[in-house]
Amino acid sequence: MAVRRLYPDQPATFDFTPENLAWAEEVIKRYPAGKQASAVIPLLWRAQEQHDNWLPEPAIRYVADMLDMAYIRVYEIATFYTMFQLAPVGKKAHVQLCGTTPCMLRGSEALKEVCKRRIHHDPHHLSKDGNFSWEEVECLGSCANAPMVQIFKDTYEDLTPELLEKVLDGFASGNPPKPGSQIGRQASAPLGGPTTLKEKV
Amino acid sequence: MLADKDRIFTNLYGFHDWRLAGARSRGAWDNTKALIDLGQDGIINEVKASGLRGRGGAGFPTGLKWSFMPKNDPRPSYLVVNADESEPGSCKDREIMRHDPHLLVEGCLVASFAMRAHACYIYVRGEFIREREHLQAAIDEAYAAKLIGKDNIHGWDFDCYVHHGAGAYICGEETALLESLEGKKGQPRLKPPFPANSGLYGAPTTVNNVESIAVVPTILRRGATWFSALGKPNNTGTKLFQISGHVERPCVVEEEMGIPLRELLEKHAGGVRGGWDNLLAVIPGGSSMPCLPKEMCDDLTMDFDSLSKLKSGLGTAAIIVMDKSTDIIAAIRRIAYFYKHESCGQCTPCREGTGWMWRVLERMERGDAELEEIDLLFDVSKQVEGHTICALGDAAAWPVQGLLRNFRPVIEQRIKDRKRGLAVAAE
Repeated sequence: MAVRRLYPDQPATFDFTPENLAWAEEVIKRYPAGKQASAVIPLLWRAQEQHDNWLPEPAIRYVADMLDMAYIRVYEIATFYTMFQLAPVGKKAHVQLCGTTPCMLRGSEALKEVCKRRIHHDPHHLSKDGNFSWEEVECLGSCANAPMVQIFKDTYEDLTPELLEKVLDGFASGNPPKPGSQIGRQASAPLGGPTTLKEKV
Repeated sequence: MLADKDRIFTNLYGFHDWRLAGARSRGAWDNTKALIDLGQDGIINEVKASGLRGRGGAGFPTGLKWSFMPKNDPRPSYLVVNADESEPGSCKDREIMRHDPHLLVEGCLVASFAMRAHACYIYVRGEFIREREHLQAAIDEAYAAKLIGKDNIHGWDFDCYVHHGAGAYICGEETALLESLEGKKGQPRLKPPFPANSGLYGAPTTVNNVESIAVVPTILRRGATWFSALGKPNNTGTKLFQISGHVERPCVVEEEMGIPLRELLEKHAGGVRGGWDNLLAVIPGGSSMPCLPKEMCDDLTMDFDSLSKLKSGLGTAAIIVMDKSTDIIAAIRRIAYFYKHESCGQCTPCREGTGWMWRVLERMERGDAELEEIDLLFDVSKQVEGHTICALGDAAAWPVQGLLRNFRPVIEQRIKDRKRGLAVAAE
């Protein structure tokens, strides 16, 4: 469990863009009639994406009204699921650093120091220019490519402190590196090439 | 070593095209109608005969699970695929979804037909954004090619939907997953009723892991005898092993069930960093499984039964290797923190116990504890285990118990060293 609260400084209103509204109406149709509440996570996620990657309080009410749910039920969802960012995150990058044991064994503690030094001493705080923020997250499911970070939709894997600096430089200059392994591995194949399936079967 | 011709996941690393044309060239969607023509009982019997055990961690026989679905029920039936891969160490379903999504989609059709379901939801963990994009693209291709959907070429109306979470390990527990899919907090339900009787929207539901579903079409094509000839009795077939931590070359690889651990690490992952003798311990099946010290690993084979005999488990076959440079107390303390963070808060023993165990381990890591607290910690872990609605309490207790069972002298030494240090400083 983690204590998660709404940000004190909230916008007055939230509305989906026409494109997102049309998308949301399609998503609701994936679920049986009367079960529209099932769409709550996808809709909140889209709201977060539309709002600079953090979820404002008016969006919680907007989604609740759209799905005919009580506000408290959607508030519960927003605070229960930790991918909903309840406070502003870096405009250029919000670094989700995996710190669970498989990443820790391969050096995630050193990556944390890079984030502390370059971004902010504390997680969930914006850097001085507002472009970066970071947090330590629990296992992101890329353990054979540890240590790694996720920045928005993509993962950057097989990192060292130096490689993470490079990744952050890339985001700072508006030229993010290619996602995936930063040491040239093909996905989760062993470094240097696969031991199996060397030819197509 | 498993021969390439016996591999199911032939695009595991994404060297080839993951889209429909590529998947077809590797054999997916090849006369799927013939599989449907086996009939519902025929498919379930073949899966039972193959010996396939669930690949999500618990190892429950897949065919048997399907047979629990009611046959003449007025309610709709659902297949729900658990793609909420979140157990630390596990990173196999990700590879299936991003590199061979059609294996999963085809499996969903066949499995849904076998359990008389016309709809399937695939619940992908929220962080797997690119993976769900690939999966959705594969589903769209399958609809466009009339492989699934209304009036498809296989004669079984079938809709397949991708759903996603938003960062909650607990949603990998099947009833928490169903709650989440219904638009609620992911807090597990009491069982019974089991999902086969009252699952998604109160209707008959089976929840299966991605790998369990994705292997089904190949098993049916090549036959139960092919699959059951691989591996060991009661532990049949192939398995995606995920090797992380202190090996030379971490990787994911498909191998035969029952492969010796040492062979697996040395053939595919370059061996333990610094050589086999530099091994300290292995967590053999994802973070919830108790760690095993090197002596137990020397002749260890990787299958459900061998590992449960050692009071550990195969789990998801996620192998976390730790060499002698590891502070084993810190490694398990970090796992304890994970479970504290991921407890849903519903049951008191888990909500309070996970945090308590983590805090004690933090002190033990520094040696800032009393020797009696080791027994106390074990006792508390036993009060968490088995006293909660779902298995997260057990999952939090087991790694701590594994540490105390196998590395007690390390903790005692740490405590004594600190006391000695304090005494010296006081002089």
